[in-house]
Amino acid sequence: MADNKFDTPEIREYPIIPKLQRDVMSHSKPFIAKESHQEPLGFPGELVDDWHDVAIKKMGDLQSKYRSLQVYLDSCVKCGACTDKCHYYVGTTDPKNMPVARQDLYRKVYRRYFTFAGKYFPKLVGATDLTKDVLDDWYSYFHQCSQCRRCSVYCPYGIDTAEISMAAREVMDTIGVGQKYCNEIISKVHKIGNNLGLPGPALEDTLEGLEEDVEEETGVQVKFPLDVKGADVLLITPSADFFAEPHVDGLIGYAKVFHEAGISWTISSHASEAANFGMFIGSYENMRKLAMRIREAAIELGVKRIVFGECGHAWRVAYSFLNTLAGPWDFLDQNYPIPQHICEVTHGLIEDNKLKFDKSLNDDMILTYHDSCNVARASRMGDKAGGQFVIPREVIKAVCNNFHDMSKDTIKEGTFCCGGGGGLLTDDLMELRVKGALPRMEALRKVVEDHGVTHMAAICAICKSQFAKVFPYYDFSMDQIVSVHQLVSNAIILTGQDDENDENDGENHPQQDIDEAA
Amino acid sequence: MAVDFFNNSEVDVSLEVNGKSYEVDEEGYLADLNAWDADVANAMAEADGAPLEDNHWEVINFLREYYEEYQIAPAVRVLTKQIGKRLGKEKGNSKYLYELFPYGPAKQACKYAGLPKPTGCV
Ligand code: SF4
Ligand code: SF4
Repeated sequence: MADNKFDTPEIREYPIIPKLQRDVMSHSKPFIAKESHQEPLGFPGELVDDWHDVAIKKMGDLQSKYRSLQVYLDSCVKCGACTDKCHYYVGTTDPKNMPVARQDLYRKVYRRYFTFAGKYFPKLVGATDLTKDVLDDWYSYFHQCSQCRRCSVYCPYGIDTAEISMAAREVMDTIGVGQKYCNEIISKVHKIGNNLGLPGPALEDTLEGLEEDVEEETGVQVKFPLDVKGADVLLITPSADFFAEPHVDGLIGYAKVFHEAGISWTISSHASEAANFGMFIGSYENMRKLAMRIREAAIELGVKRIVFGECGHAWRVAYSFLNTLAGPWDFLDQNYPIPQHICEVTHGLIEDNKLKFDKSLNDDMILTYHDSCNVARASRMGDKAGGQFVIPREVIKAVCNNFHDMSKDTIKEGTFCCGGGGGLLTDDLMELRVKGALPRMEALRKVVEDHGVTHMAAICAICKSQFAKVFPYYDFSMDQIVSVHQLVSNAIILTGQDDENDENDGENHPQQDIDEAA
Repeated sequence: MAVDFFNNSEVDVSLEVNGKSYEVDEEGYLADLNAWDADVANAMAEADGAPLEDNHWEVINFLREYYEEYQIAPAVRVLTKQIGKRLGKEKGNSKYLYELFPYGPAKQACKYAGLPKPTGCV
């Protein structure tokens, strides 16, 4: 909670390639995982004695397991197209944050131990031994990559630095050098079922509170069901949706949509987390264990569909790997996508005219939309190409009158990460998070100036928390980030709802109305 | 600055208040919920430059009560509603809580209350 020990980067009028500052971020390192965070994940509690040999062996394993990793390590031609594409490089100007330089931290070790030239002529091919210093660089710079894949879009060979970062983190975990934030969280999910460590009774209490709030506000009994057997839909959502703002306003939006559409649904206390931090540390085994909770809950509750709430990397894991990790899903209703995104659900209902909105209820806002990296570049949505870009925007436009996109090179497949993805959303990396947010902040500043934009919407828990935290560093206020389904919640008119325009806060005073009319 | 990969013991530092020492983690959260007392809460707040007043204590006391029952800090809606009941409706919102705890009610108030730091995407 210390005061700023670093300077917030200045918003640049014309973003240009910054001047390099060698090693300015070498001090940036997250807290190291303790034994109690490591062991539940199956990793050693501290640096093992023969760490060097164990690490090299693990690298070899990973190369044979993931062919793409080996291809990425072999195919870079140093063309330089990726160098200025990383938000962490732009925000920090540290050359080791250029994607190619980040890859090279791994590649130079790979060359030394796994290529002929590197074994016999290491200097010629830039190959180095894995030393304590190299490990130190790895720990620092592989925790300055949010695995957002922006660089891969501009690489002629499609080299994905994210995958190399994941591999590096897995090698480090295997020798006992884990990151506290990710590994503490994963151990909580294994034990309790969600990232927060929110136990069933607390979840129940929280959901009951939300039912009261919504009823007070609208006069309609909207349910937030927990562990209801035989419900049609199992909602898997990030636990931040229960806990924090603006996330919870999104959860209220999903509940109103399900209610109004007459879809029976439930949350599960066993699988009360969409997020899957197993991916951030590159651990297939942990990723699979986390995903299995969803399968167990779906079977236990006998649901027919699985719907994911607003969470970026959860959707990436769900969309790309749910079947391999925890399938087959032959017991679910095959008429619906497996899994389905909440935006797809709402979008479908809007197209079928099943929901009623009063868009003017969002007229106090002018919106823009931040494409979350994992949704934009690592998954899709709906049955058309580019659906992950179109569907959330169509939902926003269906419920808001005012919408402007940010500049073209900062949205859709070219979107910039929020600066807090990939397991970096932790206070011990605050400097990195603030600096990494620079490109997004510049793009936002521009639409604020040009179009009077007041709020930015997102569909990822990490993005929402990250922006709420870094906005004040750039003279925005934390409530300028909103959930997409918060906008839905504001505008939806529920059947039987109290008159929204009633000045008396939802209370009916028929006598007074008559008096005024008279 | 190198990381000391060899030293990742469970307890990082201890905090001295009135001659008594409290074990805390690297971010200053108490290692043991039961070691908490009002002295350590006051000392933490003073170190942050904002001594605790009655309204801070309402929040801290509620956090501890809730934690005792549920083993977790309350969600933001639960907290704001309860504070609204205790301190008046106009104070039952997160804006007011941020006035009381500028570093964020979830994190800063939990720290003063001796609770572990909330983890996850929050
Ligand atoms: S994946 Fe994203 S964070 Fe990592 S190097 Fe590429 S652009 Fe940077
Ligand atoms: S764009 Fe691809 S090939 Fe070119 S330097 Fe970057 S990683 Fe290497």
